[in-house]
Amino acid sequence: MSKAASLARISPPPMTASTVPIDTAAEPLVHIAALEKIYATKDGGNIHALKDVNLDIATGEFISVVGPSGCGKTTLLKILAGILGRSSGEVTMQGRSLSGPSRELGVVFQAPVLLPWRTVLQNVMVPVEVQKRDLQAFEHRARELLRMAGLAGFESKYPGELSGGMQQRVGICRALVHDPSFLLMDEPFGALDAMTREQMNEELQRIWTESRKTVLLVTHSIPEAVYLADRVVVMTPRPGRIVDVIPVDLPRPRTLAMHNTAEFGRFVARIRAHFNSAGNLDL
Amino acid sequence: MSKAHPIGVFANVVLLPLLTLFVFIGSWEAIVHLFGISKIVLPAPSAIAVAFTDGLLSGDFVWHLAVTMYEILAGFFFGACSGLLLGFIVALVPLADRILYPYIVAFQTVPKVAIAPIIVIWFGYGVSSKIVITATIAFFPLLANTIMGLRATPLDQIEMLVSCTASRWQVFTTIRLNQALPYIFVGLDVAIVLSVIGAIVGEFVGAKAGLGYLILQKNFNLDMAGTFAILIILSAIGVGLHALVSLVRRHVVFWMDTSGEQVMGA
Repeated sequence: MSKAASLARISPPPMTASTVPIDTAAEPLVHIAALEKIYATKDGGNIHALKDVNLDIATGEFISVVGPSGCGKTTLLKILAGILGRSSGEVTMQGRSLSGPSRELGVVFQAPVLLPWRTVLQNVMVPVEVQKRDLQAFEHRARELLRMAGLAGFESKYPGELSGGMQQRVGICRALVHDPSFLLMDEPFGALDAMTREQMNEELQRIWTESRKTVLLVTHSIPEAVYLADRVVVMTPRPGRIVDVIPVDLPRPRTLAMHNTAEFGRFVARIRAHFNSAGNLDL
Repeated sequence: MSKAHPIGVFANVVLLPLLTLFVFIGSWEAIVHLFGISKIVLPAPSAIAVAFTDGLLSGDFVWHLAVTMYEILAGFFFGACSGLLLGFIVALVPLADRILYPYIVAFQTVPKVAIAPIIVIWFGYGVSSKIVITATIAFFPLLANTIMGLRATPLDQIEMLVSCTASRWQVFTTIRLNQALPYIFVGLDVAIVLSVIGAIVGEFVGAKAGLGYLILQKNFNLDMAGTFAILIILSAIGVGLHALVSLVRRHVVFWMDTSGEQVMGA
């Protein structure tokens, strides 16, 4: 239980000149206005992946984005990560218009996306190397993160020697190693079994409570979204758009037992109602 | 990994093929003697063994083997290096791709064996013409596989790296180069086997030394046992060089799953 408790307490190496401190004023960390994304299909048609998306994310906030497949939630995350361009609309991060990937960002992908020729430690160090940060100082942090993630002793193993759950934890350590202020997570626990998933949810809540990083979690699990979030953003497909933003005022720290309370159930029911009305009964 | 019993593995991997070999050679020997087949049609394995040891002990084989090995390795080296180099250029420079690719494809369809006589006229009967022929043959597997390998990087790995603010150059050095390595080794493996063919074909067309030249000479003298003995040396060269490339590959591309070894016909 305690292994993740201090994941975030590991002190990052001293800030480099290029690390911009976060403005804690009322201005939102991320401001999304009238965001549109249209893909051209091979047969000449268009897919409206995102339509008129408006959302402000405050510093330190935990946002869950929930919706069925094809609702554009991954597209939204990739635009915020700076790896996908937008068709129109405005996205600003810390007051500046978003024009590409940011050093202040950590991304956890659906698949672990580890490089098979690198050891676990070398994989975690990828962002540090790419961003030319102090290798020695951050290697210490990387080792600490791995220890907290229950991967002590696996530093020199290769990804092929790890289970799927362990690989995903390496991916999470990699997203945290450069101490980003904004964490984007794209269905990070989708491939895990239910038990491991709940455990990972608990650990994620702990990381967030300790570090107060801003988190945007994309998921298709409604209970997961409610359990973790300050606000749940509900999206529906064709075209992908936000239909509801639900503040979750359940007290923190939340426990797994809360899943069974009537209040928790009301949040879940309110979100599920959107999909029932949209004909997506599979959720 | 399956936990097969070591003795069972030994029996499967070593004993069974060895048994097959003994049965094959035994029946070959028996058939030649039973039906009285002429030694200029099919020599008995015992006759081949005698020719083999005679050739080795007289030093006859050694000199020709050295010449052929030199042709194979030099041709492979030049062919592989230029294929690798051009592969990088075509894969990385879009303009070069547009200009060169149609000609590369067109030249690839030309049977390289067919241009061997021209190369012998241009470069003479010595080793240099064999090196050129071998290099021409070894060139294309490297070219094609390098291009394919550099284009085979999974998109999610590129996205992961770009999301950490990686530049194009960082994506190239961190991922694309590594992802191309398994393909490049497939190219090397095909090229080394083809190089043996290239050198022999070159010697067939016109040469003063080498195992291919020796085969023609033995054939001319109706020394079938000697021809077969050289065939054994040639296949040993092919197997040995292939094993060498595989060994280096397993070391360099250790992270690739090698459980499904590809069969590469040449």
